[in-house]
Amino acid sequence: MPKDFGIGANSKRREDVRFLTGDGRYTDDINLHGQAHVAFVRSEVAHGRLKGVDSSAAEKMPGILRVFTAADLSGVGGLPCGWQVTDRHGNPMLEPKHPVLAEDKVRYVGEAIAAVVAETEAQARDAADTVIPDIEALPAVVDMKGAVAEGAPLVHDDIGSNLCYDWGFVEDNKAAVDEAFATADHVTSLDLVNNRMIPNAMEPRVAVGDYSRATGDSTLYTTSQNPHVIRLLMGAFVLGIPEHKLRVVAPDVGGGFGSKIFHYAEEAFCTFAAKALNRPVKWTCTRSESFVTDAHGRDHVTRIELALDKEGHFKAIRTDTYANMGAYLSTFAPSVPTWLHGTLMAGNYKTPLIYVNVKAVFTNTVPVDAYRGAGRPEATYQLERVIDKAAREMGMDPVALRRKNFITEFPYATPVAVQYDTGDYIATMDKLEEIADLAGFEARRAESAKKGLLRGLGVNCYIEACGIAPSNLVGQLGARAGLYESATVRVNATGGVVVMTGAHSHGQGHETSFAQVIADMIGIPEDQVDVVHGDTANTPMGMGTYGSRSIAVGGSAMVRAAGKVIDKARKIAAHLMEASPEDIELKDGKFTVAGTDKSVAWGDVTLAAYVPHNYPLEDIEPGLEETSFYDPANFTYPAGAYACEVEVDPETGKVTLCSFAAADDFGNIINPMIVDGQVHGGIAQGVGQALLEGAAYDASGQLLNASYMDYAMPRADDLPSYVVDHSCQTPCTHNPLGVKGCGEAGAIGSPPAVVNAVVDALQRGGHTDVTHIDMPLTPSRVWAAMQG
Amino acid sequence: MTKVSMTVNGKSVSGEVEGRTLLVDFLREGLELTGTHVGCDTSQCGACVVHVDGEAVKSCSIFAAEAEGAEVTTIEGMAAPDGTLSPLQQAFQDHHGLQCGFCTPGMVMSAAALLKENPRPTEAEVRDYLEGNLCRCTGYHNIVKAIMAASGQEAAVAAE
Amino acid sequence: MYAFDFERPTSLSAALKALGREDAQALAGGQTLIPTLKARLAQPSSLVSLSALAELKGVRKDDAGRVCIGATTPHAVVAREAAGDYPALAALAGQIGDPAVRNRGTIGGSLANNDPSACYPAAALASNAMIVTNDREIAADDFFEGMFATALEEGEIITEVRFPVPQAASYLKFEQPASRFALVGAYVAKFADGVRVAITGASEEGVFRWEAAEQALSKDFSAEAVKALAAPAADGMIGDLHGSSEYRAHLVRVMTARAVAAAR
Repeated sequence: MPKDFGIGANSKRREDVRFLTGDGRYTDDINLHGQAHVAFVRSEVAHGRLKGVDSSAAEKMPGILRVFTAADLSGVGGLPCGWQVTDRHGNPMLEPKHPVLAEDKVRYVGEAIAAVVAETEAQARDAADTVIPDIEALPAVVDMKGAVAEGAPLVHDDIGSNLCYDWGFVEDNKAAVDEAFATADHVTSLDLVNNRMIPNAMEPRVAVGDYSRATGDSTLYTTSQNPHVIRLLMGAFVLGIPEHKLRVVAPDVGGGFGSKIFHYAEEAFCTFAAKALNRPVKWTCTRSESFVTDAHGRDHVTRIELALDKEGHFKAIRTDTYANMGAYLSTFAPSVPTWLHGTLMAGNYKTPLIYVNVKAVFTNTVPVDAYRGAGRPEATYQLERVIDKAAREMGMDPVALRRKNFITEFPYATPVAVQYDTGDYIATMDKLEEIADLAGFEARRAESAKKGLLRGLGVNCYIEACGIAPSNLVGQLGARAGLYESATVRVNATGGVVVMTGAHSHGQGHETSFAQVIADMIGIPEDQVDVVHGDTANTPMGMGTYGSRSIAVGGSAMVRAAGKVIDKARKIAAHLMEASPEDIELKDGKFTVAGTDKSVAWGDVTLAAYVPHNYPLEDIEPGLEETSFYDPANFTYPAGAYACEVEVDPETGKVTLCSFAAADDFGNIINPMIVDGQVHGGIAQGVGQALLEGAAYDASGQLLNASYMDYAMPRADDLPSYVVDHSCQTPCTHNPLGVKGCGEAGAIGSPPAVVNAVVDALQRGGHTDVTHIDMPLTPSRVWAAMQG
Repeated sequence: MTKVSMTVNGKSVSGEVEGRTLLVDFLREGLELTGTHVGCDTSQCGACVVHVDGEAVKSCSIFAAEAEGAEVTTIEGMAAPDGTLSPLQQAFQDHHGLQCGFCTPGMVMSAAALLKENPRPTEAEVRDYLEGNLCRCTGYHNIVKAIMAASGQEAAVAAE
Repeated sequence: MYAFDFERPTSLSAALKALGREDAQALAGGQTLIPTLKARLAQPSSLVSLSALAELKGVRKDDAGRVCIGATTPHAVVAREAAGDYPALAALAGQIGDPAVRNRGTIGGSLANNDPSACYPAAALASNAMIVTNDREIAADDFFEGMFATALEEGEIITEVRFPVPQAASYLKFEQPASRFALVGAYVAKFADGVRVAITGASEEGVFRWEAAEQALSKDFSAEAVKALAAPAADGMIGDLHGSSEYRAHLVRVMTARAVAAAR
């Protein structure tokens, strides 16, 4: 039975009221007095030498304020990359300049060449349409393997190669891994593509730059998951504005899924132009623009091999991956196929030897970076697909094969450098078998067969590393920032609490769930706690929300800060009751002296802190406000088991998702309702990747499906209701709440379940030669596979 | 520029618009009713759905001048004047039918139109009706649940 | 969007006059035209809205028993009001786009645009409909002239579409997963004097009649009769990221057979 408030309660989300009444304040809802609008002129060719820009017509158009090209951005630096990967040979990755506006070359369709600022948005767009870039087209580099072939055109001439890095992990394991394969009883190998995803948060990106000549202060309103990170990157590296003169505000943000982590050119431009023109400058991205400017996700081409002994024990894993970086290194791009991917290759299994090779490649495509799951879905997909294939080849039940290899003892140090603190993979698989009614599959299959449909069952496990990250560790791995999180807990005189967090909520419901934690700790109603986020002016420096880190890292910072507040309040209470602080207990919003009936209410203590008439001023300061920065000791390791059933129409190849069940272990849960919702959304995105979505570039570097007319988003009628369960809970051992994070699990665990199910359906339907189909499993691809 | 007049959320309004001014731009910029959102430019996402003369319409796909004389209802007109949420809005909150909130105004307006046409839809009918409303956060599960609950079919919700 | 003038005449004669101007364009429901304008793929000098012309709206039955639909009747109205007299047509209208699109999109706009993946052209062609304009009547067989091309002259607008009602009919579409337009749609209409089969979505020439199926079905109106046929030639079918030309050709046969089985 859930509690009625605090940790574990299904508290209704307080943020909903404003969103349900049209009262949300998203960046595009912000219109500053005197604001101008910018429209960007973007490259229509994927690769070319930029010889000039003719803006003479635009400059005569009505309402035009100024047309900017790269030459007008003197003193503006390139967009920085926040992670430096070191390659197998100990050399740093190749890191080309990433200009705000294209300089000598254009390198992808959609790259900004010029910025046209006008009085109105329509005027800016009308004028941008008349700007003519002079581009000498060059052959485009699109295919990754082609990009690193001898004689391929170079995306960046100055760095001399399209190979950003060639990473081996763990390099010292390589010989032993090769040896294990040479002597294995059975080897299963699988070539697959992890399709390129376009994030498509429903709110397109927006930036509004503002500047005050009177104070010299710049302000950027932007659609960001991490305003402090944007302030740091843009201020320090691009525009040279010190932190105290730059404020970044990310108000209500309409979804991110990773795509709003990164620092984008448009943010820097609007901030720069606001100062240059001395008036606010606003940019609102159209959806068509977002398709070719938001960082894409995934896009790996992989061969994975699994070595097994006769009984089906995993002996070694070897992978060879090409990872697309796109034309430039986006903010965290290099970390995704390396440290967020290779370290998860053990999955839920005892495999003693693992070697992961990743070649990161520049191509003339939109930059690729983290997208919900970021590296972990790629690891999970290949591992869980190859296990399914191995089971089939060895005539074993795929669930039994997984169970045989589960890690059962914790903590567990994997051969890929991470240590799982807790988990119970048998329990989640048992739970899955129950909630997915795996035993009833055969009867359902027979029913489908009567309708002429091929039914299949897909099961898989996943593990992820969340709560990024211990700063000293990631520093060694190449991160150029710390990855702690922060919170200030401010108690007002009358007892209400305001939490100021460096995390950011853009759908996750932190305003509710963070308040639940504080209310629980103090024993006051949740409505006495407010959560403030999204503004560098009133929140402590924090790294923002991504990687399912907010409750694990940001929540921990908040608990620590609240703990300091409570410690101080206990001292005040002790003074008021003339007792020793050690004897004071806080429960249900009341301080009591242990073993007595003496008590003082929370509100009386907080009042005393601000009206310190009867107060131990010689020992403690007035006021009740504390800040903590929490740097985690380890990642957290949510894990689970997923199952889905599909029906395949053998005549058309159409796949219908009949059911989806998820058994997750997220450790302790703050708000079960919100956690369910996170899993639902993740599943839909994973199913979208498996069945519908995938960016398609042609050989010339044109994005063929750059709108919702051709890029298939999951809709309500593509999906069933899901069965989700998170009753298996092995709390995290190294953070104060015992939480693990739940934001990405659904997107990580679901693609292999769907593909396993479709392959299963075809196999059972007699198409025994179909062992794999690359995502998305569109009707035409499934039909083609059935044709042989 | 031409003048348009219409009734929005029960209030007579008028303003000057260009021929190309879409209804959504008139609502957002002309009337500062920013609850109606723009999530695409190909008439697919449905974040901009409003009611025009009682019918669900994508306000990004109708010119403001076409709504001359029309009765328009936006998300801002759905709650009671004292701020009390409508039963449908309340169901969205009760069943966690929204996350980032960006698609929510369009979802609510589409759902309201559905329940007007079909007061007790099946789950399949709800999913079918939402064909023109994209949500990236919820996976639709709780949106469907909220609409079923708002139609008085709590049993269907409780069953799963 | 480029800038343009906007007019909303209240009489057909005023509308025709307005459309006589250079680069003027008619605006029906706008569900295709407005996205086209947003993408700056069209640059009319003025848009002439037909929405205030009451005489172009409505569903009626004429003396010959035909279901006659005013050109600016939205799909949602056709779905409701034609359901009794011509259920297959009403069902088609009820599947176009999504509910909000169906409240604005019109039959006249759809036919005049003749998108190769639109639904209505299949209904008009299979039903042997008469397309009435301000100037003349054009048989469906003469109206569709390939992708986005019709027999309409500059400034000519559709006023009504008259559908003979078949003994049995059905339209089934296999949706393109993103746009939900027809990847392949098959409309089968059985009349006393023979069967007509119109296919949309598949061909580079736009909607077409599948004559081999018509002949076979005129002899034996059964799904088996279609399944016994070879699929039409893949040559000339659309091939794109949603499906090869071979796949579309294959679907023509599958969807036609299913439409026959579903015909009522």
